[in-house]
Amino acid sequence: MKKDIEILIIGAGPAGLSAAIEAAKYGADVLVVDENSKPGGQLFKQIHKFFGSRRHQAGVRGMDIGTQLLEDVKKLGVEVMLDTVAYGIYPNGEGVALAVKGETGYIVHPKKIIMATGASENPLAFPGWTLPGVVGAGAIQTMINVHRVPVGQKVLMIGSGNVGLIVTYQLLQSGANVVGIVEAAPKIGGYGVHSAKVRRAGVPIYTGHTVLEAIPNEDMSGIKGAIIAKVDERFQPIKGTEQFVEADCIGIAVGLTPDIGLPSMAGVTFTNIGRLGGTVPLHDRDLMTTEDGVYVAGDSAGVEEASSAIEEGKLAGIAAAEALGKIDKETAAEAKANVWNSLNQLRTGPFGAVRAECKEEIIRQMEEWKVKNHVD
Amino acid sequence: MSRIENHVILGDLDQGKQVWITVDGKKYPAKEGEPILSALLANGIKVQNISVKKHEPRGYFCGIGRCTNCVMTVNGDPNVRTCITPVEDGMVVETQDGLGKWEEP
Repeated sequence: MKKDIEILIIGAGPAGLSAAIEAAKYGADVLVVDENSKPGGQLFKQIHKFFGSRRHQAGVRGMDIGTQLLEDVKKLGVEVMLDTVAYGIYPNGEGVALAVKGETGYIVHPKKIIMATGASENPLAFPGWTLPGVVGAGAIQTMINVHRVPVGQKVLMIGSGNVGLIVTYQLLQSGANVVGIVEAAPKIGGYGVHSAKVRRAGVPIYTGHTVLEAIPNEDMSGIKGAIIAKVDERFQPIKGTEQFVEADCIGIAVGLTPDIGLPSMAGVTFTNIGRLGGTVPLHDRDLMTTEDGVYVAGDSAGVEEASSAIEEGKLAGIAAAEALGKIDKETAAEAKANVWNSLNQLRTGPFGAVRAECKEEIIRQMEEWKVKNHVD
Repeated sequence: MSRIENHVILGDLDQGKQVWITVDGKKYPAKEGEPILSALLANGIKVQNISVKKHEPRGYFCGIGRCTNCVMTVNGDPNVRTCITPVEDGMVVETQDGLGKWEEP
């Protein structure tokens, strides 16, 4: 095993693979590691067609984008090490510790690191939330679409953002019933096209409602339903509006939190941006963090969508290759400007515009940090 | 056994190679290479462990190896994440009580 590499990419999801493809295209020596036994991150459970314009592969299913990325990686001869956990980032150029299949340990010495570690699903605490059958919406997607096993016959979804809506539709496609979608806000959170689909299928959407508790079955091995209630304008449950909804599974779709363990270990500076999932690393327009040569991309840099993760991965890949001297300044500038154009297109509309503002805020804070710390 | 056999987008299920695993002393069919968790769900088994503090049943939450809510004792090793550990023929899986115990050698 080679110990000196030019770019180490941690995470083989949409961001990591896209970074690898760009960097390798410009001749950088790239190693991708991923703790899972299969590459692709969460793309292969996304059996729906993506949005955006043609340049963002709109109309192509997430799983097919995953297959395409893997083909490109293979064509370029990029090495992808699976079942490999990056568990230690050491200062002063002492390298990155990798554990392969929980047995073999390596220290590698990359010149640049791109961290594309993704995000984790948020739980939601209410009485009964720990019962078997109360699960993440992403977990439902994994079970029904990747492993092809049912999670329940009657599912209640909590959260009407895009994840809640899309997973609801995919549950219907898998043959399950969805008994309702509960949304605390007065309006549906996700895109109209998604909510229209589930409404057409007859799934009730309880806006202005919350889940009060999950009701266990006799031996607490699962649930038999949930109690939901209307909420007032301060999101407090209104007495007398409680109703029982029969369900054997509750899906929790209340957002994701960036996985920032590794950037944290690398000593990067963070900021808090609620709309991007919470604590996120500061980064500049090249996706470089406050640690020289450490880049972030995708959900770990702020939760968005797979399409934007792909673009961010490209940016980090180009920037890292440029920093290594693989591309001249003009070529890199042009390539990066292209990707930024594409990213800006994705970050439009009522949902995207908010994300664009949040991302600009990260970059603005990074500029401030640079001034304070006398970094060019 | 309950699996999603036909799917409007994904087509017919690839049956794979059937193997057998033992869960709490009982034999169940499973698909070689699938996560232990999906084999359990296919066989209607929802509980993976009994919680440490309250001694209540627990099941999976994230399904992708992050939350550790689905750990069980597998071939004598406690705290194995069943959602990302592939099934092998003859595997012995046990509902874990609390933090579990290493089997005496």
